[in-house]
Amino acid sequence: MISQLSWKIGGQQGEGVESTDRIFSTALNRLGYYLYGYRHFSSRIKGGHTNNKIRISTKPIRAISDDLDILVAFDQESIDFNSHELRSGGVIVADAKFGPVVPEGVDAKLFAVPITSIAEELGTSLMKNMVASGASWALLGLPLEVFNKAVEEEFGRKGPAIVEKNIEAVKRGADYVLELAGGPIEGLKLEPADGKQKLFMIGNDAIGLGSVAAGCRIMSAYPITPASEIMEYLIKKLPKFGGTVVQTEDEIAAITMAIGASYAGVRTMTASAGPGLSLMMEAIGLAGMTEIPVVIVDTQRGGPSTGLPTKQEQSDISALIYGTHGEIPKIVLAPSSIEECFYDTIQAFNLAEKYQVPVILATDLQLSLGKQSCETLDFDKIQIDRGYMVKDIPDREDSSMFNRYAFTENGISPRVLPGEKNGIHHVTGVEHDESGRPSESPVNRKKMMDKRFRKLAKLDVENPIHLHAPHPEPDLLIVGMGSTGGTIDQARLRLNGEGITSNHMTVRLLHPFPVEEVREQMEKAKKIVVLENNATGQLANLIKMNVGHHDKIVNVLKYDGNPFLPSEVFERCKNAAGNLTQEELVKNGNL
Amino acid sequence: MATFKEFRNNIKPNWCPGCGDFSIQAAIQRAAAAVGLEPENLAVISGIGCSGRISGYINAYGLHGIHGRALPIAQGVKLANRDLTVIASGGDGDGFAIGMGHTVHAIRRNINITYIVMDNQIYGLTKGQTSPRSGEGFKTKSTPEGSVESTLSPLEIALASGATFVAQSFSSDLKQLTSLIEQGIQHEGFSLINVFSPCVTFNKVNTYDWFKENIINLDTVPDYDSSNRAMAMSKLMETGSMITGLIYQNKEKKSYENMVHGFKEEPLAQQSLALDKSEFDKLVAEFV
Repeated sequence: MISQLSWKIGGQQGEGVESTDRIFSTALNRLGYYLYGYRHFSSRIKGGHTNNKIRISTKPIRAISDDLDILVAFDQESIDFNSHELRSGGVIVADAKFGPVVPEGVDAKLFAVPITSIAEELGTSLMKNMVASGASWALLGLPLEVFNKAVEEEFGRKGPAIVEKNIEAVKRGADYVLELAGGPIEGLKLEPADGKQKLFMIGNDAIGLGSVAAGCRIMSAYPITPASEIMEYLIKKLPKFGGTVVQTEDEIAAITMAIGASYAGVRTMTASAGPGLSLMMEAIGLAGMTEIPVVIVDTQRGGPSTGLPTKQEQSDISALIYGTHGEIPKIVLAPSSIEECFYDTIQAFNLAEKYQVPVILATDLQLSLGKQSCETLDFDKIQIDRGYMVKDIPDREDSSMFNRYAFTENGISPRVLPGEKNGIHHVTGVEHDESGRPSESPVNRKKMMDKRFRKLAKLDVENPIHLHAPHPEPDLLIVGMGSTGGTIDQARLRLNGEGITSNHMTVRLLHPFPVEEVREQMEKAKKIVVLENNATGQLANLIKMNVGHHDKIVNVLKYDGNPFLPSEVFERCKNAAGNLTQEELVKNGNL
Repeated sequence: MATFKEFRNNIKPNWCPGCGDFSIQAAIQRAAAAVGLEPENLAVISGIGCSGRISGYINAYGLHGIHGRALPIAQGVKLANRDLTVIASGGDGDGFAIGMGHTVHAIRRNINITYIVMDNQIYGLTKGQTSPRSGEGFKTKSTPEGSVESTLSPLEIALASGATFVAQSFSSDLKQLTSLIEQGIQHEGFSLINVFSPCVTFNKVNTYDWFKENIINLDTVPDYDSSNRAMAMSKLMETGSMITGLIYQNKEKKSYENMVHGFKEEPLAQQSLALDKSEFDKLVAEFV
C-alpha cells in the first residue's frame, strides 16, 4: 500500500479532460484524501494538448510532484508529451482507438482500453470521461460505490436514465482494465484516507466565497484568465443576497464602478490579472487620494503584455506596489493557501474600510486555478469591521461642509455615506482640504499627504509573514510567496537529508513591507534564498530595499511558465547553500 | 422640500465669465428642487475638465473622479444606493473622447442615472485643443491647419446604442434645459442630455450667436414624435444634430436595476452584511 501517488490525464482541449479530472478527484475527496491539482492548458477553447495532474495523498500536500504514477491518455500526443514524467514501472491507460505506443526508453505498463468504443456503445462518445475515470479508479483498488455516488450527484439533474448510463460506463471502464491487469495493481493501491470531510476547491472559489462572507454585494469585472472564475462564482451567488456582478466594458470601468459603489456604501470588489491591473492603476490612485475603500484581486499570470496568459508567474509584485503614479497608501496582501484565499479576502475588505485605502489581494495562477483540498472553513472567524463611519450628524450653525478628511491623530477620518443629512462634503482626486474642497496650499498639501500616510503607520495585520523556523541559525532561509510554499517544504525535507538546515518564510504582507519581522529571520540565517516565479527577483529586490543583507541573498528564479518542482527547488537551494556567490552560481549554471 | 437655493454652496466656480456652464449648474439646481429632492439625496459625479468641477459647485454629495470615468463611477453609486438621484456630468472630451467607451455601454446598460454633457466643442482646461465634437476644419492649438477628422455625432450613436432617453439643449435656454433635466431625472433608465455650452475663451466659432442662428427647437417642429426612434434618427441626420428638446424617449424599457436578476429593491448600502450560519454552510457544502 502506498500513501501518495500522482495521476494525470491528457488529451485535446474540449475532449473531456476537465470533466474526467473533476469526477475522479471529487470522488477521491469524498474518501478524505488530500489532493493538489495542476492544470496545463492553452489560451484557446478547442484543440491543443491539455493535461491535468493531481497528487493524491493520505497527508496534507501543497505541491505538485516530480514524477507520475498513472497517465491517462486520450491521444498519442498526451503519451509523447507526458510519459517522461512516469516513474519506472508507472502505468499508462490509453484509448485503444488510436493504437497507443509506449515511447522508446519509457519503462511503463500500457493498458489499452477501448475508451471511445465503450462510450459509443453506450450511446455517446461524451461518456469517454466516465470510462477513463472508472478505469483509473479500479487500478487504485478503491470501492466503486463511492465513485457511483459522485456520478449520481453530477448527473442527478438529468434523470435516472443518464445516471445509470454513466454508472455503466464507469463499470465497463473498470471491468476492462481489471481484466487486462488481472486486478488492482499492487504498487498503486492507496492506503485508506482519514475519511474526514475536506473541501476541494480552487483559490478563485475561495476568494469568491470569502467575498460573499465579507458582505461584498457588487462586483464589477471584465473577463480575463486566470481571474474569471471569481466573477462566475459571484454571479451565481450575489443575486441571492440582492446584489449583482456587472460585466463592464473594460477594467477601467470595472475598478471605477467598484469605487463608485464603495463610495456609496456597498462592499465591492473587482478581480483581474496583469493586463487589467495595468489599466486600473490611475483609478487605484483615485481610491487612494479620495480614501475610498476598494478590494482588487490580481491573479498573477505570465507577463508582460499578453505574455503567457495561462501560465504561472509572480511578476506583478513591483507593479502592484509602485504602479500608481504619485504616492498613495495602499495594502498588498498575498495569500499562500486556499484557506488563506478565503480568510484574506475577508480581511482585505476589513482593512480597506478600516484604513480607507485600496487593498490588492495578489494570488498567482497556480493558487487561483490549482484545485486543492482545503480544511473546513470556520464560520466563527468571519468578522466584519466597517471602520470609522458616522451617522446622525448634528446640524451645524454655519453652512460649512462636513469634514470628511479631518486631520486626525491616526490619519483615519470619519466616513459618511451619500444620503446622510448634514454629511455633504466634496470628493475629488485633486488635492483637497478637510472638507474635500480643492486646495493647492503648500501647507495643506503637506498636512494632507502626511495624514494619508499616517493611516498605515500603525497598520495592524496579524501574521505579515508565515514562518517554519525550527533552526536557530539555519544554513538557509528560504523566502517565498503565493503558491510556492508547499514545494519549498518538500525540498526542505530533502535538504535536511543532506545535512542542510533551512527555515522557511512566506511573505504575506507585501506592502507595507514587514521590515522588522523579516529582518529578524534574515539575521539568523547564513544565506537567504528568495524563490519566485519571475525573471528579475522582484521579491528579493523588495527585501533588499527594505531590509538589506544584499550579500546574503541568492535569487532562485523560474519564469518559463511552469511552477517550481520540488526537485528543482532542492537542487538549486543545495547549490545556493554552498560557498559560491550569486555571480559564480549563475556562471556555473547552478541557479 | 428644498428650494433651488439649498442646492447652492458658497464655492465660487473657476469658470470664465460668460461660460455656458454657469447656466447648466443653475438648471441642475432648479431641476433638483423641482422634482422634490433634498440635497443629501442627490449625488453629482463628474469627470475632469472645466465642466468636471461642477460636482463641487452644487450642494449635494458628489465625486470629482478621473478623466472620462464619470459614468462608471456614477453607475456604481446608483447600484449601491438606488434611492439616490445620480447625475453624471462632464465635457465633450470627457464623455465622447476618452470616455466614449463608457458612454456607449452606460447607454446599453440603462442604469437609472442622468448624464449631462457640457458640450463646448473644444478642450478648455488644457487651453484650446480639438475635441471629437469640433467641426471639420476647426483650427485649434492641436489642429493649426484645421481639423481633418469627422465630427462625432454622439446622439446618433446614442440612438444606435439603444438609448431610452436622448435630449439636447442650449445653455442659454434655461427653461428648456431645466425641464429636460427634470424629465431626465424622472425617466426610468439612462438619460442623456447633451448641452451646447459655449466656451467664450477658446471657441470663437461656436458662439452664443452662432448657436442661436443654427439650432432648431423641436417644440417648433410640427408633428415631431419623440417616441419614434426612426424619426429621431433622421431628424438628427438631416439637421447635423442641430436640434434641441426631447429627441427620443422609450418609456417601455425597464432600467437595469429593475431587470437584472435578483437585484434588491431596497438600497444595497443599507443592507446587513452578515451571513447566516445556515447560508454559509450551504455555500461551503458545494465544495465537498
